[in-house]
Amino acid sequence: MSRVQNVVVGSVRTALGWVPAQWLPGGTPDPLIERRAAIGRQASRLDGPQKVAGEARFAAEVAMDRLVYATLVHSPVTRGRITRLDTAAAEAAPGVTLVMTHRNMPRLGTLPLIGVSDLTAVGNSSLPIMQDGEIRYNGQVVALVLADTQEQADHAAGLIELDYAAETARTRFAEAKAGARTPASILIDKNHVSIGNAERELASAPYRVDYLYRTPGQNHNAIELHALTVAWQGEQLLVHDATQMVAASAAALAKLFGLKKDDVRVLSPFVGGGFGGKGLWDHQILAIAAARLAGRPVRLALSREGVYRIIGGRSPTEQRVAIAADAQGQFTALVHTGYSVMPPYGACPEQYTMGTRSLYRARSVEIVQRHIDLDIVPNTFMRAPGEAIGTFALESAVDELAHAMGVDPIELRLRNLPERHPISGAPFSQHALGQAYRDGAGRFGWERRKAEPGTRREGEWLIGLGCATGSFPYARMPGANVRLTLHADGTATVSCSAQEMGMGTATVQVQHAADRLGLPIDAITFEMGDSALPAAPMAGGSCQTASIAGAMAAAADKLIGELLRLAGNDTPLAGLRAGEVRFADAGIAGIAAPARHETFRSILARAGRETVSVTAAGSMPLEFLKFAMHSSSAIFCALRVSGVTGEVRVDRLLGSFDCGTILNPMTAASQFRGGMIMGLGLALTEETLFDERSGRIMNATLADYHVPAHLDVPEIDVMWTGIPDPRSPLGARGIGEIGITGVAAAVANAVFNATGKRVRELPITLDKLL
Amino acid sequence: MAIMINGAAVAAPGDARVSLLDLLREQLHLTGTKVGCNQGACGACTVLVDGERVLSCLTLAVQADGRSVTTIEGLGSAESPHPLQAAFIKHDGFQCGYCTPGQICAAAAMLREAEAGMPSYLTADLTAAPVLLSRDEVRERMSGNLCRCGAHNGIVDAILEVAAEHAA
Repeated sequence: MSRVQNVVVGSVRTALGWVPAQWLPGGTPDPLIERRAAIGRQASRLDGPQKVAGEARFAAEVAMDRLVYATLVHSPVTRGRITRLDTAAAEAAPGVTLVMTHRNMPRLGTLPLIGVSDLTAVGNSSLPIMQDGEIRYNGQVVALVLADTQEQADHAAGLIELDYAAETARTRFAEAKAGARTPASILIDKNHVSIGNAERELASAPYRVDYLYRTPGQNHNAIELHALTVAWQGEQLLVHDATQMVAASAAALAKLFGLKKDDVRVLSPFVGGGFGGKGLWDHQILAIAAARLAGRPVRLALSREGVYRIIGGRSPTEQRVAIAADAQGQFTALVHTGYSVMPPYGACPEQYTMGTRSLYRARSVEIVQRHIDLDIVPNTFMRAPGEAIGTFALESAVDELAHAMGVDPIELRLRNLPERHPISGAPFSQHALGQAYRDGAGRFGWERRKAEPGTRREGEWLIGLGCATGSFPYARMPGANVRLTLHADGTATVSCSAQEMGMGTATVQVQHAADRLGLPIDAITFEMGDSALPAAPMAGGSCQTASIAGAMAAAADKLIGELLRLAGNDTPLAGLRAGEVRFADAGIAGIAAPARHETFRSILARAGRETVSVTAAGSMPLEFLKFAMHSSSAIFCALRVSGVTGEVRVDRLLGSFDCGTILNPMTAASQFRGGMIMGLGLALTEETLFDERSGRIMNATLADYHVPAHLDVPEIDVMWTGIPDPRSPLGARGIGEIGITGVAAAVANAVFNATGKRVRELPITLDKLL
Repeated sequence: MAIMINGAAVAAPGDARVSLLDLLREQLHLTGTKVGCNQGACGACTVLVDGERVLSCLTLAVQADGRSVTTIEGLGSAESPHPLQAAFIKHDGFQCGYCTPGQICAAAAMLREAEAGMPSYLTADLTAAPVLLSRDEVRERMSGNLCRCGAHNGIVDAILEVAAEHAA
């Protein structure tokens, strides 16, 4: 992002500061905040019966006639070029229909990178895809084989002979720091923030901590492998893909292959986990190109190793956090700087300083991120990019400072909570972190913690308690569209292209539609996962629910106008204007005179209509430029560390969340828990081992990359303030990502409390505690 | 010989390289059995062979010749769910739903293992039969089935509920 962008965003924020709130989206609170029936109720997932029976259809499960199977060949070399390529044996192998390499791959351009200005730009890499013999990172795809069966394709792939001339690659983090770049902005925020003189404050403060924290690379590891089933029908392209960005992928593929937008259809109703990883990468382009060359439909599922090789994960970081405090424990300096890897052909800055910008006030602030350029598969966003690991560094440092001062770490945090956003000065839309801490501490039994570390022992085990703050910003995406269709029988269909990936998208939006339209839940159908439907935004930034909700609210407003028009004068509603009525009891009623009511059925019947349908986009999401809109959480952890082996066992984990209205307590609790469990992995076991000598990932399997298994996961307690955000649709802020934030620090702080050992490098493995 | 799959006889594939997983998914279109790693590390492909849980990705289809295979489709359906399937919905024991069929198949076999007195690493009394399933026993015995969405608590709750019904 650029300096120009900083000026534009800065100007908009300044201008919005002067605009009265009621003129903006969210200026008038969503009436559904006060008027809920289905929203806020416990409801089982609508797609539950299909999922537990194995009937939910995923991308690699679509049957097609004349289907051929693809296998990819990956480069074992990190940087260099192909010097010999012999495909004769593979081409002659039984069942093989195509061997595709850079020699016969159709010439294509590159994908526009993910960005904030163009919503159809969803590429994770701007590198050419099999267009030449150059090798640019280890694992890059160098050949694709199609055959009648997967077994035949796998066998033939092993017959391709390749030689490479290896060249020197940039693979070492520490060496590359010298050439680090300092981008002007990180997402929509100015990168470098400097308030006062933090270094001078640090030097003169009575209390200070100043340490480096390190986090390794990680991979999403959704259990469903990246996969697609693709077919060309003339100049029309049909793609069943496992993607969390349905509409944007279709638009990007149309551009890349020179097709009309309406001629590309991407279907992705169910996705077997994404966490940021299921975007648009090389494999979709390769499978689509191969299907065109072969003239047959293609199925490509990456191997698990293939996912590690060509789908980037979370960037490794080295972060410096320094905090100074005066004698009363007020922060006088807050420094958060560091390095993460983002090659110039990637697009996803690991925004680890974002949480720091909103969590605490300090007299002086110094924040800046630097990008390191290595020859690697480009990193991408992974659940709570930035905040997941940024909170590890920041919240470890706060705990270190509290210990140095002899102050309770919760008390220290509460003393430094800001009244307004510490950097922009914008008022918070809603912010109750203090309450989340008090509620959480009470339920967890924080008072049982011994301040002196290493003093609780039960046999072999050292016991420790820790806490930390989590945070995640609210976002709503522009360009979210929803179609509402009312049918003559009084039922309604909600349509948008969004996919279901485990968040409960359909379930929650059906609850929403029921309340918005005054209908019972079983009168609503939700159509989704199809780029032919009105475009929803990608599932990212925890913004899908609020974005779709905003669009549905806009569509409902439009629908009222349309229904009043259809109702005409021969109705109890005659004479009422759109602003004077609302949806109620399967129809429309006067707000001041609720007895003036007519049902949808009656209106449609009189007008002789089978359906009435409207499509609308949500308003521009200006609310989060005018207000500081952030979710936050207090995470509590109780664990044991073996004095013999250094093994860490987490016994209890509690999350106390402040995220606005909770739309469905059952699915929300599951999302919070899911994030926290990924946080346990981040804290204790997860690490993509990168060989700095060769530039190759060493543990590209689920056997060697340990995600939390059942025995690693304790019972997890979650609670929430449930205070609605008056500025967001339904009063809700996204909850998909905040669960992971703060967890690694809570664990590290509990480990310190148990052992007196401060681990500043994730994951906290046994060797670091012996 | 033939493989009995959910009660129907199916000929073993001619290509000996075909895994039981690929036979189910690609040739028979029984796609309820999932693929997560193809190397026995995630448990998504778990099916029952003669009532025992087996990783179908590490089993050649020809090895199942003459045996009886039960997949998630054979346990129950959306309309007529197995008690475990119903309990998974009740306790929200899944999010994306991809590891779910494997979790349910593994749980079905695991309940029988405990009933038959098969001890786990956590079982104190190695001679007890049936083994009483505590929360920790279930967690230990289900650790071969990974879930990345983080539905672990709900999965264990669902299994414990069905285990209690069994015992009652």
